[in-house]
Amino acid sequence: MMKILRLFGRRSSAPVAHERLKILLQHERSSAAPSQELIARLHRDVLEAIARHVAIDPDKVVIDLRHKDSVSRLEINLEIPALLARGADAKAA
Amino acid sequence: MAKVVVVTSGKGGVGKTTTTAALGAALAQAGEKVVVVDFDVGLRNLDLVMGAERRVVFDLINVARGEANLSQALIRDRRVDTLYLLAASQTRDKDALTEEGVAQVIADLRTRFDWVICDSPAGIERGATLAMRFADMAVVVANPEVSSVRDSDRIIGLLDSKTVKAESGERMEKYLLLTRYDAARAARGDMLSVADVLDILSIPLIGIVPESKDVLRASNMGAPVSIGHQASPAAAAYLEAARRLAGGPSALAAPIAERKSLFGRIFARRAA
Repeated sequence: MMKILRLFGRRSSAPVAHERLKILLQHERSSAAPSQELIARLHRDVLEAIARHVAIDPDKVVIDLRHKDSVSRLEINLEIPALLARGADAKAA
Repeated sequence: MAKVVVVTSGKGGVGKTTTTAALGAALAQAGEKVVVVDFDVGLRNLDLVMGAERRVVFDLINVARGEANLSQALIRDRRVDTLYLLAASQTRDKDALTEEGVAQVIADLRTRFDWVICDSPAGIERGATLAMRFADMAVVVANPEVSSVRDSDRIIGLLDSKTVKAESGERMEKYLLLTRYDAARAARGDMLSVADVLDILSIPLIGIVPESKDVLRASNMGAPVSIGHQASPAAAAYLEAARRLAGGPSALAAPIAERKSLFGRIFARRAA
């Protein structure tokens, strides 16, 4: 009886593990070695270029390569400190 | 024609050394001439599991560097006389092993043995890539556990890209050996099932070694589980895996016990 109660009270964990692994490995396999290296190099270069002009947190530069059908999309997302207001002022002056 | 097998996993502690010893002993008992080679430089343990720790004089690195010849370094097993061990070095120098050195040792072992079984260190660094470099086939050891399965997937990727066989455009034979499996927990949905792991890794299965106290007992005694504890289900699983490896190899189907109970089937939906 305890066993049955337990079955009711708890969802089994193996299907969750299976699903998580499937999704993760799909991603890891598609981002295999060559593109990972490319991303690392781009990350370094982009960081260097931006850092020449503004102070930037390396963790705020996110580069991702997505593959869909025969096209790869490179996404560069970076967050820089709030400088825009000062920039606008400088232009007005 | 010698077969070079790498026993690998990525993750540590899943049973590579136990598996190397057990498969090696099982094949040797069947009359094959076998050498088990420890590639875990700095952290050798195959000698201990084989019960030969006090007999190591020369090791793999001595032979690779030409400081000793194979006849001096090979340790013959006291129980099965066609079974030999080539121990790893205890040096802390990670670069002590070179690709050329390993190539030469493996080539020499091929002329003397039917089976050369290489026990890979954990990880994906130099030691692990050298252990798989010259292999003809791989036994990927995994536990039914997320981190182990993920690392196995990574290792399969390396086997398909960084081995001599893969680089020369040939297909690397890879076989899955699932260890520490608990069929009851899998049936309850508390552990990844054989079918789950096969679905993710998609390589043929050659054995399911159940979680067993005999594995620890065997290593305590310094005897491969396949000769020290022949009545054990773990030993039976290794003997069966060795037969499959030698015989062609043929893949194993997921066990019948795996079929979900009525409750299992009803509650599996809740989790999906």
